[in-house]
Amino acid sequence: MRRGRLTPGAVRKWGFIASFLAAPLAIYIIFFVSPNLQALQLALTNSRGISPDFQYVGFENFTRLFGDEVFWAAVRHHGLILLVMPLVTIVIALFFSFLLNLGGGQRNGQLTGVWGSSFYKVVFFFPQVLAVVIVGVLFQAVLNPQKSGILNSVLGWFGVDPVGWLIKPDLALWTIIGVMVWQGVGFYVVLFSAGMAGVPKEIFEAAALDGANRFTLFFKITLPLVWNTVQVGWVYLGIAAFDAFALVQVLSIDRGGPDNATTVLPLEIFRQTFTYYRFGYASAMGVALVFLVLTFAALTLRVTRRERIEY
Amino acid sequence: MTITPRDITRRQLLARVGLTALVAGPFLSACATGGGGSQEAAPSAAAPSAGGASASANNPFNVKADAPLEVVIFKGGYSDEYATQSHEPLYKKAFPGATIKHQGIQTIGQTLTPRFAGGDVPDVVNNSGTDNLDGGALINAGQLLDLTPLFEAPSVDDPTKKVKDVIVPGTIESGLGGDPAKPYTLNYVYTAYGLWYDAKLFEKEGWTPPKTFDEFKTFAEAAKAKNIVPFGYAGKNASYYAYWMILISAAKIGGNKILLDIDNLADNAWNNDAVKQAAAAWAEIGKYMDPAYEGLIHTEVQTQQNQGKVAFYPSGSWLEAEQAKDTPEGFEYAMVPTPSVTAADQMPYEAIRAAAAEGFIVPSKAKNAAGGLEYLRQMLSKQGARDFTEKTKSLTVVIGATEGLTLSPGLTSVAAAQTAAGTNVVTFSSFEGWYKELETELRKQTNALMFGRISAEEFATKMQEAADKTKADESIIKQTRNV
Repeated sequence: MRRGRLTPGAVRKWGFIASFLAAPLAIYIIFFVSPNLQALQLALTNSRGISPDFQYVGFENFTRLFGDEVFWAAVRHHGLILLVMPLVTIVIALFFSFLLNLGGGQRNGQLTGVWGSSFYKVVFFFPQVLAVVIVGVLFQAVLNPQKSGILNSVLGWFGVDPVGWLIKPDLALWTIIGVMVWQGVGFYVVLFSAGMAGVPKEIFEAAALDGANRFTLFFKITLPLVWNTVQVGWVYLGIAAFDAFALVQVLSIDRGGPDNATTVLPLEIFRQTFTYYRFGYASAMGVALVFLVLTFAALTLRVTRRERIEY
Repeated sequence: MTITPRDITRRQLLARVGLTALVAGPFLSACATGGGGSQEAAPSAAAPSAGGASASANNPFNVKADAPLEVVIFKGGYSDEYATQSHEPLYKKAFPGATIKHQGIQTIGQTLTPRFAGGDVPDVVNNSGTDNLDGGALINAGQLLDLTPLFEAPSVDDPTKKVKDVIVPGTIESGLGGDPAKPYTLNYVYTAYGLWYDAKLFEKEGWTPPKTFDEFKTFAEAAKAKNIVPFGYAGKNASYYAYWMILISAAKIGGNKILLDIDNLADNAWNNDAVKQAAAAWAEIGKYMDPAYEGLIHTEVQTQQNQGKVAFYPSGSWLEAEQAKDTPEGFEYAMVPTPSVTAADQMPYEAIRAAAAEGFIVPSKAKNAAGGLEYLRQMLSKQGARDFTEKTKSLTVVIGATEGLTLSPGLTSVAAAQTAAGTNVVTFSSFEGWYKELETELRKQTNALMFGRISAEEFATKMQEAADKTKADESIIKQTRNV
């Protein structure tokens, strides 16, 4: 039963490739593809997760989503986080990494970072080393609404009354975004630094010789050359903007409060699943979240596409 | 995740969807899964066992004197010494010929589920802890014995009184399950809810706990003048402590019917004047709170009370034990009922919300089911209850069982409040466990009310909307209660 293509050589070659792919592919299918498909299936049922009996209810869960004000509040929050958090993080990270790598002016004919930049590089990366929950717990103390809270006591020295960072409905989400930025910046400083290190120094030196000041150096030379890295960072951060679960869970009042002011989709999925036992509806939310993330990623990659600069 | 008395893992939740009560919120789940009809009628324990002696006051269940008894106790916070050193000896005293097999374990569910499946079950089970049995499922499968005969039997200490008359009102109701509802669980530990304060601080300042909300406001001004927050709770994770107070006040104004209506999703239950008045009264007190409290967790506020910064804190009778490690010298916990709202309140000031927890069950297929009932009857004797309190520092549902015991100051005040309340007991709220969506909304709106973002009127309107939404939602299984 031999087929023409299945020569011993081909078997060896494809067998070799398959043997390498089999394990990761199996893991990918078992732990990623199949749960996602199951979520899609569950989203069409009224499963409560504690009994094997459930009925298929068609798109009822999805129509329910449209009338769910908490769901829309969460979507709006993701929108705001998506607009603000990646932009602020990237701007700060670019600024820092420029300073750390090129902002110090010339020394021995080479562009260097500001004084002490190797120290700052390590310090900026600290938040990345901490688990998100630890960051949350840390900021519980920092943002404590009483006079004795770390941030509020610092403000107190300047005569500012204690601020309810997480208890004012108008302020709470911004505070959470702030923590996300604080936590994210370090990683992107390192990422962009690596991007800048990959650019040949001669380019910067040539520009400097031609009389480019730091602004020109940054906007005309550095930014275009690390644009690919920025684009990757943007997608990462955008996807992170659809998460925020752990920080909101740990930091917010009453998990997503006050008055739904900070709730996010993963938190609502968690609540629907483990508090209300609506596995079907939670899965529908999950499916909606997947589509939001995919749409965002596809859009970003399309919109930010630029010609790659070879060097 | 911050730890609250009610923060429990998914696994626990799954286990508790059934009927076992939580420490901080008993009755949450009396019969959440008990919607369907039971498949098998539980056999009546009152039927005389073959060859047994005729029923008597000393042996109302016709226990065979030499029949072995198997007891399984959850060895958790209360340990199991109360069983091995008191309840089991009490049983042996009554039936010297019986041998008792005792098992003190933590994984009640894992250990006993296969035994239920195989039909080889113990005679008494203390169904508690993280890994407990799903009571609702057991009821539906006809695995639990209806405990009505126990409550109708003569009590150990006074044969002229039935068991149901020597225990705190509401205990039997707390163990109801199935459809039609029957008492399948004996909840043994007594939990009272009210306002907690430092008796020593009040003594020093010359304050007395307010009995009306007018007095409460006067007191609030006095406390404020001393830089003490008159009333505080933790909005971040324990807003339900505050809504308990609002619900208690509503029940005091309009009677327990208000709370039953809320549980039964009766039309306009939340729009009742009693609810609005209660919410308005508490919102007035909320104004004296530091707004920062909305961002604190329960342990932070409890610690502030220990530091003398908060006068009244709403909680249940576990508070003293919970804070034992942090309570400074010279701090003396005491509990008082919530103040009366109007002069026309249906329940007196002394009324407290009290509830029973820590479930005991008798499997219907137990070889010595009658002995199981008798064991529970012995537990409900004054001796059994007193020993339990001595060993666990917790009160039981047995009335007057603490006579002659030296109780901690907090427990003493709870016992005093219990005696003063008599039959004026504010009922528990089943919707907390039945309708989690509604409960979540109540937490949210309670914070909004107490921290001044909405009025009492809006509070009632929003809660009514949420209740109507729950009622209209066909995917939520509805439950009702009459008592």
